[in-house]
Amino acid sequence: MNLITSAIGQGLLWGLLGIGLFLTFRILDFPDMTVEGTFPLGAAVSVTAIAHGVNPLLATLLAFGAGMIAGLITGLLYTKGRIPILLAGILVMTACYSINLRIMGTSNVSLLGKQTLFSTKFLTSLPKFFDSVFLGMLIIIVVVALLALFLQTDLGQSFIATGDNEKMAKSLGINTDQMKNMGLMVSNGLIAVSGALIAQSDGYSDVNMGIGIIVIGLASIIIGEVVFGELTMNQRLIAVVCGSIIYRFVLLLVLKAGFGTNDLNLISSLVLALCLMLPTLRNKFQLNRIVERGTAIPSKERNENE
Amino acid sequence: MSNPIILELKNVTVYVNRHTAEEIKILNNVNLIVRKNDFITLLGSNGAGKSTLFNVIAGNLAIDEGQILIDGKDISHLSEEKRTKFISRVFQDPKLGTAPRMTVAENLLLATKRGERRGLHLRQLNQHMEDFKKITATMPNKLSERLKTPTGNLSGGQRQALSFLMATIKKPDILLLDEHTAALDPKTSAELMEATQKRVTEDHLTAMMITHHLTDAVKYGNRLIVMKDGQITQDLNANEKAQANIEELKIY
Repeated sequence: MNLITSAIGQGLLWGLLGIGLFLTFRILDFPDMTVEGTFPLGAAVSVTAIAHGVNPLLATLLAFGAGMIAGLITGLLYTKGRIPILLAGILVMTACYSINLRIMGTSNVSLLGKQTLFSTKFLTSLPKFFDSVFLGMLIIIVVVALLALFLQTDLGQSFIATGDNEKMAKSLGINTDQMKNMGLMVSNGLIAVSGALIAQSDGYSDVNMGIGIIVIGLASIIIGEVVFGELTMNQRLIAVVCGSIIYRFVLLLVLKAGFGTNDLNLISSLVLALCLMLPTLRNKFQLNRIVERGTAIPSKERNENE
Repeated sequence: MSNPIILELKNVTVYVNRHTAEEIKILNNVNLIVRKNDFITLLGSNGAGKSTLFNVIAGNLAIDEGQILIDGKDISHLSEEKRTKFISRVFQDPKLGTAPRMTVAENLLLATKRGERRGLHLRQLNQHMEDFKKITATMPNKLSERLKTPTGNLSGGQRQALSFLMATIKKPDILLLDEHTAALDPKTSAELMEATQKRVTEDHLTAMMITHHLTDAVKYGNRLIVMKDGQITQDLNANEKAQANIEELKIY
C-alpha cells in the first residue's frame, strides 16, 4: 500500500515535468533538450535558496523563474540565432550543468533539517507518503486548470496554431517566434518547478539528477496517449499526469522484479522506445482494434467520411 | 474614372546569389499599380516570378531594391506578420492553409483576428458558431456540416474552401490567391473558382490570382498580367483581355 501511495505521489510530482514537456513536444511539435538542464536547475536553485533560509514556497517560485530564463535563452538561440532547436537545447542544457554547479557550489546539497514545502504542519500530519500525493495533486490541479484556461484564450489558440501549422499562423499575423519563446519559457519554468519539488521530496539536489529526464517526460506523454487514445486538449493534459503515474508503477514493478535503481535509465528508454514503436508494431501485426493510440486520426471521423 | 490605388510596386528587384558570378534577378525592376476592386489574374511559366512577386508583396521575401506601398504607406520593411493586417493569402497546397489538429471553427476563429493583437481574452468560440455556420454554407463541399471536425480530416477541396474563407472572413485590402485551385480535381476546382468569383464581387475585394489555367485567366477578373523572366511583359485591361485570344497567350 505504501509503495502504491508513494508511486502516485511521485507520479504527480513528476507529472509537472510531463506537462511542461507536453507544451513543447506535442503542442509546439519539437523536442526541447533544455529540460535536461532545467530540471536540475530548478532543484539547484530551490535547494540552495532553502539552504540559505529562503521560504520554501519562494524558493520554488525562484526555480520557476530560473527555468523560464533558461527556456528563453533556448528560444532566442532558436528563433533569433537560427540554431536548430535540438542543438539550441543541448547548448543550454550543457551550460546549465556549469550553472548548477556554480549555484550549489558542490555537486550535491542536502536539505537535512531544513524546512521544505513538505514540512508544513498539515502535510506532516498526513499518513506517510500522502504528503506528496496531496501537494502534487494541489499543484497539478492549479497548473492544469491555468493551462486549460490559457489554451482557450486568443493567445493560447495562437500558441496551438503555431505548433500546428507555422506557415498558416504567420499568414494570419501570429508572431510565431514569440509563441515559441513563450512556450519554451513556460515549459521550462514548469519543469524547473518539477525539479524543485522532486529535490525537496528527496531531501537533496544532485547535479546529475537531470540525466535521462527527457525520456521520463516523454514516457509520461506517450504512455498517456497509448492508454487513453484520442482526447481533447484538456483531457490530454490530464492524460499526461496519469501517464506519469502509470510510469511510476512500471518502475515499481521493474524494481520488484529485481532490477536495481542503476538500471532505471535503461528501463526508461526501453519503455519509451516500445511505446513509440507501438503504432508501427500495431500496423504490422494488425492490432488496430486492440490498441488505440493518442495521436492517430479519430476513427469515428474517418468512418463518417467514407 | 479610376479607383484609388491600393498597392503599388516601384522598381522592385530581387536577386539570388547577389554579388556572385551566378547572380540572377528573380524579379527585375517590377512596376505595378493595383487599384481598388481590381481582380487581376497572373500568368507565367514556372520560374517567371509570379510566386516571387506574391512572396514579396506578402513579406516573406525581402526586396533588394525598390519600394512597396499599400494605401500610399511604404511597407517595404514591414515584417510578414505585420503585413497580414492588409494582406491575406491562399496557398496552392491545401496543407499549408489550415491547422490540421484544430477544428474548422477554431481555424475560422483564428482567421477573424488576422493581423490583430491576440491577448488573454477567452476565445468565445460558441458565440461565433452561428456566423461560421452561415459563412461556411456559402461554400461547396458541405463544409458547414464539418465545423467541429479537425481540418486534418477534411478533403483537399474542403480545406481549400476553408483556406479561402479564412483569407476573406476578415476583409483584406489585398487578397493573394496562389493557384488556390490547382491541387483540386476539375469539378471541385471549378466550384471553388465560382465561389471565389462570387465572393470577390460581392465583398468588393481587391485580388490577385496566379493560375495556369488559361481559360480561368481570361474568364475571371478585370485585368490580366503576364510575367516572364522576372518581369511583367503584358498588362491587359478588361477590354484588351476580352479580345485576347487564348492562342496568343499560350506563347508566354
